Amino acid sequence: MRDWHAGTVNAIRLRGVVKRYGSITAVNGLDLDVPEGTCVGLLGPNGAGKSTTMRLLTAQSIADEGEIEVLGFRLPEESKQARAQCGVAPQLDNLDVTLTVEQNLRVFSYLYRVGRAERRDAIERALGIANLADRRDTRVDKLSGGMRRRLLIARSLVHRPRLLLLDEPTVGLDPQVRQELWALIDALRAEGTTILMSTHYIEEAQRLADTVLIMAHGSAVAAGPPAALVAEHAGLEAVEVYGSPEKLAEVEAAAAAAGFRARRTGTSISVLGVEGADGRAPAGERRPTNLEDVFVLLTGEEIA
Amino acid sequence: MAVTTPPRGRRLGRLERPAMTGVLVREITNFSSYWRSVTFSSTVEPTFYLLAFGFGFGALVSRVGGYDYVEFVGTGTVATAVLFSSAFPAMFGTFIKYQFQRTYDAILAAPVDTEELVTAEALWVAARAGVYGNVPLLVALVFGLDPAWGMLAVPLIAFVAGFGWACFGIAIAGFASSIENFSYVISAVLTPLFLVAGTFFPLSELPRWAQIAGNFNPLHHCVELVRHAAFGSDGWIDLARLGALVLFGLVMWRIAIHAMTRKLVD
Repeated sequence: MRDWHAGTVNAIRLRGVVKRYGSITAVNGLDLDVPEGTCVGLLGPNGAGKSTTMRLLTAQSIADEGEIEVLGFRLPEESKQARAQCGVAPQLDNLDVTLTVEQNLRVFSYLYRVGRAERRDAIERALGIANLADRRDTRVDKLSGGMRRRLLIARSLVHRPRLLLLDEPTVGLDPQVRQELWALIDALRAEGTTILMSTHYIEEAQRLADTVLIMAHGSAVAAGPPAALVAEHAGLEAVEVYGSPEKLAEVEAAAAAAGFRARRTGTSISVLGVEGADGRAPAGERRPTNLEDVFVLLTGEEIA
Repeated sequence: MAVTTPPRGRRLGRLERPAMTGVLVREITNFSSYWRSVTFSSTVEPTFYLLAFGFGFGALVSRVGGYDYVEFVGTGTVATAVLFSSAFPAMFGTFIKYQFQRTYDAILAAPVDTEELVTAEALWVAARAGVYGNVPLLVALVFGLDPAWGMLAVPLIAFVAGFGWACFGIAIAGFASSIENFSYVISAVLTPLFLVAGTFFPLSELPRWAQIAGNFNPLHHCVELVRHAAFGSDGWIDLARLGALVLFGLVMWRIAIHAMTRKLVD
């Protein structure tokens, strides 16, 4: 893993950003740094403000307060220059379904102003990234869900962007296809593409992100490398206790009294940070703590 | 905390050609997958109009406003073809592209602003109207209309009128909260404008107030311009009519940009 402190140049910099829709505050004083060459995961439950944050970065939403800089350009005034060097893969598939794979890429090579001389190579390269070279003449509505998502990501890379924005890149895909996309994103990361990725899949953030920013109710509640976040908020080991609701309530109260943090896991309770505390910790299944513990602890949200 | 949001609408590099080229390339590429059906309907429809009105009605009235009725309708339905190939595709196409296909989300994430998007889309629809608007005239030529040099101006007239109607359709789509709202516009605005444009009967037979109101109907100016292109120009009056169509286009263009900016950027 790269040192997340090392990057001094920020591809994205947000300070005190507020976005309201009527009486609803979707983003509430958000600070966010995405150092160049890193992959930052925006992790949060549905409605935490992740998608609004993504829209703010392309000036499709205009912030009510705060400062936004993308690739050194101030938004919203200089957003067009920033967008020229960004790639965006949206959560909702908006490919042209009656066009072929290659036609979709060609159209975007124009929209992103790829020069005539480079166009052919750019399209071939994107076909390679999507692993769809042998499907170039297939209409998009004949592709599988996973292929469409790969094409969506490849389409956002046709102009070799410095920054890639991925909004829930694997939502709604089956586990095998998800693994495949993770490999694709990991490869981009290894090449040094700066990535901001929103997700509500813990495993996705843990696997791909150098830094995770946990969002709840429109603001950041914690930020750091996944392992550091886990160590800081949940310790190294957890004890998981199963039982009746009464028993779980008892364990929860006892853990709080003993100074432990705990979180509910549906049918069980996890008492966190129990390493080296054998006497005071309740009896139960020991397991290593994980990012999910931190997420639930900080957002108060269950994982679906 | 200081509010640092600058005024909206101030952008660097407005109406850039590469941006509009990108939007046009997308439309042209898509057109390659559905041009057959569009060409079919825009050819068959005016033929039916000519057959039904020209021969059905023409059997009752042989001459209208000094012209053979078939020639009168043949030139008049150019405006109908322009309306049908601009306002309607613009309304439905725009709504589908932002609401259902989310195409505009993808385009606005690229270095394209709403102003460029709307302008390029309207130009594309206008270009189609400039081509398909000629079909009724070609059909009328087959049915015996005499060719005239002035007819070469018809694609330009159809393009200018088509641009205005395209922007009108985009604006309606921008203001509409659901696709059902289009019924109000089609019934209350487009149908009356279509009927009192002088396509099937001359406005001179209508009461005086309706004749005056007709001057505010862009479709009427389109009808008259096409007729005069085929049968002889009206001089300055035709120039004023063309000016009215240009003005209609410019006003609708700004309204369409305003409506779509409200819709697409929040």
